[in-house]
Amino acid sequence: MSDNNMHDSITTRILNDPRYQELKTKRTRFGGWLTLAMLVVYYGFILLVAFDKPFLATRLSAGVTTIGMPIGLAVIVFTVVITGIYVYRANREYDALTDAIAKAALTGALK
Amino acid sequence: MIARPFTSAAVRTLATLLLMAAANAALAAGADLGQADKQATNWTAIGMFAVFVIGTLFITKWAAAKTKSAADFYTAGGGITGFQNGLAIAGDYMSAASFLGISAAVMVGGFDGLIYSIGFLVGWPIVTFLLAERLRNLGKFTFADVAAFRFEQTPVRVFAASGTLVVVAFYLIAQMVGAGQLIKLLFGLEYWIAVVIVGALMMVYVLFGGMTATTWVQIIKACLLLAGASFMAFMVLYNFGFSPEAMFAKAVEVKTGIAAAAGKSPQDAAAQGFSIMGPGGFIKDPISAISFGMALMFGTAGLPHILMRFFTVPNAKEARKSVLWATTWIGYFYILTFIIGFGAITFVLTNPQFLDAKGGLLGGGNMAAIHLANAVGGNVFLGFISAVAFATILAVVAGLTLSGASAVSHDLYSTVIMKGKADSAAELKVSRLTTVALGIVAVALGIAFEKQNIAFMVSLAFAIAASANFPVLLMSVLWKDCTTRGAVIGGFLGLASSVLLTLVSPAVWEVTLGNPKGSALFPYASPALFSMTIGFVGIWLFSILDRSPRAAQDRAGFVAQQVRSETGIGASGASGH
Repeated sequence: MSDNNMHDSITTRILNDPRYQELKTKRTRFGGWLTLAMLVVYYGFILLVAFDKPFLATRLSAGVTTIGMPIGLAVIVFTVVITGIYVYRANREYDALTDAIAKAALTGALK
Repeated sequence: MIARPFTSAAVRTLATLLLMAAANAALAAGADLGQADKQATNWTAIGMFAVFVIGTLFITKWAAAKTKSAADFYTAGGGITGFQNGLAIAGDYMSAASFLGISAAVMVGGFDGLIYSIGFLVGWPIVTFLLAERLRNLGKFTFADVAAFRFEQTPVRVFAASGTLVVVAFYLIAQMVGAGQLIKLLFGLEYWIAVVIVGALMMVYVLFGGMTATTWVQIIKACLLLAGASFMAFMVLYNFGFSPEAMFAKAVEVKTGIAAAAGKSPQDAAAQGFSIMGPGGFIKDPISAISFGMALMFGTAGLPHILMRFFTVPNAKEARKSVLWATTWIGYFYILTFIIGFGAITFVLTNPQFLDAKGGLLGGGNMAAIHLANAVGGNVFLGFISAVAFATILAVVAGLTLSGASAVSHDLYSTVIMKGKADSAAELKVSRLTTVALGIVAVALGIAFEKQNIAFMVSLAFAIAASANFPVLLMSVLWKDCTTRGAVIGGFLGLASSVLLTLVSPAVWEVTLGNPKGSALFPYASPALFSMTIGFVGIWLFSILDRSPRAAQDRAGFVAQQVRSETGIGASGASGH
């Protein structure tokens, strides 16, 4: 019971911390935009395959390589890069914010 | 340009390949390792595999000494680093079916194989942005810990355990049957012996070494597979002076030659040869394309054995790093399989040594990568790749079994039956008993399904994961008004609809059950577009209509859950302490 009360007070303190609201809003918004970007790129690619096959089979030059090849490769690279962008930002910005929030909430709990 | 004796063989190869292409497109599943012919006993491959087994058994012995509590068993005590976990996730995800199946699909359809592999990759960013950190912050051992965090434990746990066991069962049967066929093919062993060996080794890893041994088997396998595939792709590119254009040009020339030999006019043959450079018959109607894409994308985010891996790392930062490493390795791997597929066109389809009397690939369509290993690296490298393919199956089935065992012992036994009062030792005992039971069931079903067409099973597993597990997980974590009733009813609706729609789809109704062509009630390749919608709408509808006292409690619990999911601190759920 006392354990629960302690958790409740920590939770309340975090909820009242403006940095928590900042973290929540920033992360949700950033994650949402990146999710949308991934959906647009993947389903854009799939719809291109479904509706405009000749475009993907267009030759780039005199050779046989088609425009579909770099596009397909780009979707793979995009998938890895967009994951990297999120992780890079989260590891710097969000973790620093989380640490600050945790520190404030937990030291408050010890008083 | 193609020698005369090769011509008639080439005609038949082409016929076989066209049939394979049709089957691949219709079934839209890479897991079909198909029926295989038994080959001569390959001692090099068996020797290399023996080295792998002995090495992993030593690791299991070391891991067994460290596996004392339920936490050690389920999550290796949470002591895996992000980099290690990323490799292990990649090892869990890169199945033998995706290595052999996708390189074979590229050999047959060129660009179509690329479309297919992209589908398997794009779920990872979604996992990263929406789930990975929150899973780590909320969960302990299973994804049910997260889904049931603020809800009434019993119904949500029963749902999550059902979702887990159904997905694990279909995935496991597909892997066991694939293992039997593959090993019969590569090692020249009897089918049932192969299945028993896989079942026995998997039980030993999981039973004694728990998550620690499973993780290291997956890491070692991932390294071996990535190294082997890298070498093959390097050798293929090396032969073309590292010019993709030269490789593509040769592949088109080979395909044109095969088409011409089949009696096409020069113009038609050239068109057919060039068709591998663009999308072909893989995606027929847009609904199937989108539905199948959804199953792959969101199914990845609902596979219980993958979700479980996020509890093996110590914090959210490492969870994030794991997905980035996993995505990088898996993306790299799919680029390699693409090069390997084109390498198979130029080195395997042009070499009568790899073609049987009927003109097909020796040993069946999925042998493209295996024959290419022989072509670029000789018999020793062939043995290496065969041993890696076997190791690959072991790593995947061990992860699946562990996930099924934890659903029974942690969700059903410890939380539902014992109401959280079971001690760690009793829970551990139940998970070990379940591991043995699952192992025996997997071997029995593997043998029972030997002659069945099981290609639909992996795509079904992805469709269920996308329609049942993923919606419940996402809504419980992100939607304030979600309630116990909504999550359970919506989850079961998603589960039931994905199974029923698969049953009446062409791949099962016509191909597996043998009903006449065109009689399937559901015409599309994957149910996900519809069953995911049913799952999400079910959760939403039954949540907003829920006026019970429990619903008020569920909604009130959201704020504290969110604090914990965002920061990793604060109140723990009913199961976490």
